[in-house]
Amino acid sequence: MIEPIFILEAVVNGILLGGVLALLALGLNLIFGVIDIVWIAYVDLVTLCMYAVYFLVSVYGWPLWLAGLGSIGAGALLGVLVHLLIITPILSSPPINQLLATGGLLFFIQSVATLLWSTDHRSVRVSLPTLEVGGIFISFSRLLAFGLSVLAMIALYLFLRRTYTGTAIRAVSQDREAIALMGARPQRLYLVTSAVGGAMAGVAGALLIIQYAVHPYFGGAFGPLTFMICVLGGLGNMVGAFFAAFIMAQVISVGGVIVSTEMGYVIAFVIFIVLMFVRPGGIFAKRG
Amino acid sequence: MLELSQVTAGYGAFTALWDVSLRVSAGEAVAVVGPNGAGKTTLLRAISGLIAPRAGRVTFEGAELAGRPAYETVAHGIAHVPEGRRLFPQLTVAENLKMGAFLPAARAHFHESLERVYTLFPVLAERRAQRAGSLSGGEQQMLAVGRALMSRPKLILFDEPSMGLAPVMVLRLFDLIRRVRADGYTILVVEQNVRQVLKLVDRAYLLEVGRIKMEGRAAELAEQDFVRKAYVGL
Amino acid sequence: MTTTFRGLGLLALVAMALVPVLPLGAAQEYIWHVIIQIFLWSFVGNAWSLMGRFGLVSLGHGAFLGVGAYATVLLWNFFGMTPWLGGPLAVLLTVALALVIAYPCSRFQVVGHYFALVTLAVGEVVRLWIIAERDWTGGSLGVSLKTGGTASGLWTLQFADKRVFYYVGLAAWLFGLWVWWRVDRSMARSAMEAIGEDETAAASVGIRVTRFKMGITALSAALTALGGALLALYLAYTNPDTFSGIGVSLRIVFAVVLGGMYSLLGPFVGTALTIALSEYLRIYFGIKLIGIAETIYGLLLIIFIIFLPAGIYGSLRDALFRRRAPRPSGDVPARA
Repeated sequence: MIEPIFILEAVVNGILLGGVLALLALGLNLIFGVIDIVWIAYVDLVTLCMYAVYFLVSVYGWPLWLAGLGSIGAGALLGVLVHLLIITPILSSPPINQLLATGGLLFFIQSVATLLWSTDHRSVRVSLPTLEVGGIFISFSRLLAFGLSVLAMIALYLFLRRTYTGTAIRAVSQDREAIALMGARPQRLYLVTSAVGGAMAGVAGALLIIQYAVHPYFGGAFGPLTFMICVLGGLGNMVGAFFAAFIMAQVISVGGVIVSTEMGYVIAFVIFIVLMFVRPGGIFAKRG
Repeated sequence: MLELSQVTAGYGAFTALWDVSLRVSAGEAVAVVGPNGAGKTTLLRAISGLIAPRAGRVTFEGAELAGRPAYETVAHGIAHVPEGRRLFPQLTVAENLKMGAFLPAARAHFHESLERVYTLFPVLAERRAQRAGSLSGGEQQMLAVGRALMSRPKLILFDEPSMGLAPVMVLRLFDLIRRVRADGYTILVVEQNVRQVLKLVDRAYLLEVGRIKMEGRAAELAEQDFVRKAYVGL
Repeated sequence: MTTTFRGLGLLALVAMALVPVLPLGAAQEYIWHVIIQIFLWSFVGNAWSLMGRFGLVSLGHGAFLGVGAYATVLLWNFFGMTPWLGGPLAVLLTVALALVIAYPCSRFQVVGHYFALVTLAVGEVVRLWIIAERDWTGGSLGVSLKTGGTASGLWTLQFADKRVFYYVGLAAWLFGLWVWWRVDRSMARSAMEAIGEDETAAASVGIRVTRFKMGITALSAALTALGGALLALYLAYTNPDTFSGIGVSLRIVFAVVLGGMYSLLGPFVGTALTIALSEYLRIYFGIKLIGIAETIYGLLLIIFIIFLPAGIYGSLRDALFRRRAPRPSGDVPARA
């Protein structure tokens, strides 16, 4: 039997993991909620930001915090580029074309990364301590990542609620024509949304590189998971995604300890599929 | 102030307006009446820029507006209160009003405009933190009008403002539009409720199947048979 | 189809059938290998398009491919079951899986984005599960088909001579085209198109929506599983990343969309082009630039989605037919 202390450790780690997953899910959901297109390649943008931090720190010797800021900038830039080059031409295409266009981007990013940087796993050498709290071992980098992701989410919340542009972004997702009648350009709002979504990918990238090694197919591990979380919380539903992230993280973490790491993911996905049938709109879908 | 000259417009293969010409002078209140499907909504959408006319000209204070996108026409001073209100349901009353003042010129006078709106519609001040989607029909219409006022327009387009409102609310609504007009705004109303709107405006046009069939002073049109017979009881 | 098309088609068919007996020189084994892959993968592509053309965009066909492949291989490896039995069993297993997923999807109207993402999850579940159960599936290292030894090639479906598989592949491909053509001509097609446009309206005129959706899904899954089984038998090896998961699922979809999702030969054209492209790039660049094929591939796909959404074959065909159709008044009609 597994000692309860390990389960507790798994729960705690699950919460910490949930923080970063929630960040990823919120970024993806923001873009989907406003522009109505799923960026299948979203986590691959995160991968690129991870590489950015890696190179800034390991090759150019930047301090980690500065590289993190660079990652955010890179993410925002990538978001803008993706929106202008790929999304804008297909805004009125049928949904399958939109899915495939961002899917093509996924392929492209993964293979360019392989081309440029090979399939080697690369990690940023950060020596952060492991804390022990009441018999549980918690890695400091994980704790730090959790704390920073919470901060990022609060920042996003404040942006969307308190600023003019943020409110306008919420408005355009509710009624595109009406906001145009107020003098706002929907296209510009989409651009800002993409930049913000990209910036969040940048934050996530910086937080992930201190915990995991990056390689071209990193998106293959976290990508599907992020989609599942978004759909589980209801596509476009920010609050839903937030909670769904923590739920999935718990399943993965505890399942990983009880059975095996891979099975943890399998169980999480199976639960997702089952929940989809119980509540097709997402577990937090608004009724009516 | 506003002049439409032989405007033809439609959606895809379907033409909703044929050769429509009308004008609205500064300070006037003008109505466009007609049955369902006459093209009244299309008319307003062509003016505010939500659709581009296929032919004809839309001139506002000398500027040519036909084909310009909606966010540009607003900047020229035209506010459009759309059919069905089109509020932002998840945003609060205050946030909806905030969005109304999106334009930089409007934002500069935000507080002034907000005070004006709250004075005109005290109930909105009461419910400023409430989600727009949870307001009653009458309150939503007031919010829609208030939102339009926030952009500091010169001309306000009203698309079927009485739609979906109880008769008591309709009277109140038209009273409010009267007050707005008295504040100095130029009004163009599109309505099915002919009787009520003719009491409100100076002049009116009759639009049927996409063409202007009649025009004249409101009092004259109110005497017409078509008002008495066809639309009695509304 | 006009007689010219038919004639050309027949000619092409004869040419294809003759390829293995033509003297193609030292590279002939390689050429057969490439063509076999093209046949089998376009067979899979056609199977996918049976769903895709009706709006049931699945991003998880890797699940069906993987189950079909792994079941066939493992049944042989562990139980010595001949693929003539193992294959159909694998197909049945896959159909069961497909129905389990399709039923709730149809009943609860899981469509559009949600459907795509659910199928993506299913594909990933299969892949992850294969890796997790590494004790008997071989995990990420994959599993090789045990040699048949002295047993006859026909019994084990293992042939030293590639040419046999060439004909197997050709037969499978033609079979897939036939199935596609039958579906295209059937009531099911009209029903599915109605469902694709407006499910509620379709249901209200008596179309059994759930039944049709499940039927098409089962058919598509069955054919995909068959393709997976054949590929596994041919390559004598399977592994979770090449036979399941989001990567292979996307690749299938891309090839079909590139060629044209709504046409009979679209998947073939798309698959042929993508395989030919990656083989060419592999030869040209050797091992110098790993990933260059996929990079160009991904880039081309984005460009095609944006500029040629009907796919290469689809667009060409539309362009040809438009030239034949009578033009609006004022123009000189094109030569028929």
